Amino acid sequence: MPDVAFWQGNEAIAYGSLAAGCRFFGGYPITPSSEIAEIMAEELPKLNGRFIQMEDEIAGIAATIGGSIAGMKSLTATSGPGFSLKQENLGLAYMAEIPIVVVDVMRGGPSTGLPTKTAQQDVMQARWGTHGDHGTICYAPASVQECYEVAIKAFNAAERYRQPVLIMSDEIIGHMREKVLVPKIDPSKLVDRKRPADIPEKFVPYRPDPKDDLPCMASFGDGYTWHITGLTHNDWGFPTNNADEIEKKMKRLMRKIDRFRDDIVEYETVSAEDAEVIVLAYGSVARSSLRAVHEARNRGIKAGFFRPITLWPFPDKELEKLARKVKTIIVPELNCGQMVLEVERAVHGKAKVVAHNLVNGELFKPEEILAVIEEVA
Amino acid sequence: MPNQEVFSWLRTRFFPHIWCPGCGHGIIMHALLRALVTLKKKKSQTVIASGIGCSSRMAGYIDACTVHTTHGRSLAFATGIKLAKPDLTVIDVMGDGDCTAIGGNHFIHACRRNIDITAIVMNNNIYGMTGGQASPTTPAGSMATTTPYGAIDPSFDICKLAEGAGAAYVARSTIANPKQAEQFILNGIQKKGFSVVEILTHCHTTFGRKNNRRTPIDNVNYFKNNSVPLAKAKDMSPEELAGKIITGEFVNKDVPEYTDQYLALIENVRGK
Repeated sequence: MPDVAFWQGNEAIAYGSLAAGCRFFGGYPITPSSEIAEIMAEELPKLNGRFIQMEDEIAGIAATIGGSIAGMKSLTATSGPGFSLKQENLGLAYMAEIPIVVVDVMRGGPSTGLPTKTAQQDVMQARWGTHGDHGTICYAPASVQECYEVAIKAFNAAERYRQPVLIMSDEIIGHMREKVLVPKIDPSKLVDRKRPADIPEKFVPYRPDPKDDLPCMASFGDGYTWHITGLTHNDWGFPTNNADEIEKKMKRLMRKIDRFRDDIVEYETVSAEDAEVIVLAYGSVARSSLRAVHEARNRGIKAGFFRPITLWPFPDKELEKLARKVKTIIVPELNCGQMVLEVERAVHGKAKVVAHNLVNGELFKPEEILAVIEEVA
Repeated sequence: MPNQEVFSWLRTRFFPHIWCPGCGHGIIMHALLRALVTLKKKKSQTVIASGIGCSSRMAGYIDACTVHTTHGRSLAFATGIKLAKPDLTVIDVMGDGDCTAIGGNHFIHACRRNIDITAIVMNNNIYGMTGGQASPTTPAGSMATTTPYGAIDPSFDICKLAEGAGAAYVARSTIANPKQAEQFILNGIQKKGFSVVEILTHCHTTFGRKNNRRTPIDNVNYFKNNSVPLAKAKDMSPEELAGKIITGEFVNKDVPEYTDQYLALIENVRGK
């Protein structure tokens, strides 16, 4: 592994995942994410890992969950239509609390849409795509370097919180080549799922540890027998119709993200301290937005930049604090207005929120965003 | 048969089970457990995967590494588990809807891939849990809640499907012949490769009610009176075989197994 690499975003996610300890990939070819599968097919056998190309997207995530159940850190990667197909089994991983990482390299939709063109139309699906309530952890990298970094963070979060973690990349980020400084991995910074300390007879697979409110997880084949089900279950993993047990499970599912929200949320700000106009952007759009903010500053406009790195949980508290001081928040997105709804929720009317949308498969040019800044300033 | 040993494989604290009194699924579960005991399998090294439906609840009742997945997808989950840990004994218990309808794609590809998993298909010709809707194995002419004028589409022959798709071991029995079912399950587990054991069972509650097989006994008698061993069937005409259930071992061949192949690939790659 070189210290400096020249990678595509998809390559960086693959190598970042391997560095995080990922040893299993199950997937299905789809543009524009296939490079991730191709690299994993080549690299995993070298590390005594497992790659399998399954018969469809649904089987891809199912095998990935299976790999994790058997104890391997597991990844799958897809794009829009495949992300739709994976939703049911993603729900099983939330319900059964199985750590996996799912990458969606977003392309235009709906349906087959624009396989080779970029978009950000799946960000609400990331939050609400599978049926039923659950907490969501979702990263949106804005550079190739960050693809590598969030892959490691995603695996750490999946293992720590025992649940699926999403990386919402997009076609621009996925296929763009950039210099990456590949950090030396400190093994002590990598998280492995907490294994049970109890003897097999005493293992209760969904009983949270009083210390951190999170349950530990045994792997199949490690001497423990236990039951995994997508049915709502009690601490022993067995289906229940008991109202108290159902509520306990559902509340804990939500709580395990809510209570660690501050540990999970990540965002970046530039020139935000004295800004009157904030551009809030994520993924590839953040790049043209930042350039526009710099240019606006050159022109004497007090512009600032806010970039959620985790789309979910959304940095709402942090944005709300900032909203008290600014006049307008511009939200450029490559969709018809999705995260802007979350921005409006977060700022509670304390600042004017202006959506700026593009869904023609192209990306924003900095001057387009600059024009909006000048218009509202 | 050492009953106590079989009994130790059950999670009896979760009984009573959800199956209707007289359901054939218990006969199949018993046959599976006897096979596991005979083979001296360890619970912590045995995986039982299942999909959705009455059949899928079997995973919950067996004290092993059990995973009750989504409808039709259990083989894909089982494939991930087996590939990650090839030393595990992996058994997939599924219904006819799981296997041939929503999970048909996973089924044919598991056969093709020839991964060392034993699929036990409990074929009761109906969607029982949801109240008796027609499945791809509901015989043409049969009544179901979604075929109120009789099914008009032909049904799948699961064993022919498995054979055509490349499974290493394919056999069929019925709940009227539990010893044979047990032997086929045992042979399937011992076979290195993908094994399909179809066991015809009944849902007197939803299928039998509408098709003149109202009681469990009606169904056992139906299976007894209509089963034809493969050796005998070979000498019978298609007309004579119409409506008959051919039982026996259809395929038992040695073909390269997927995880063996993958581990050899790893060795090759790492050796370079």
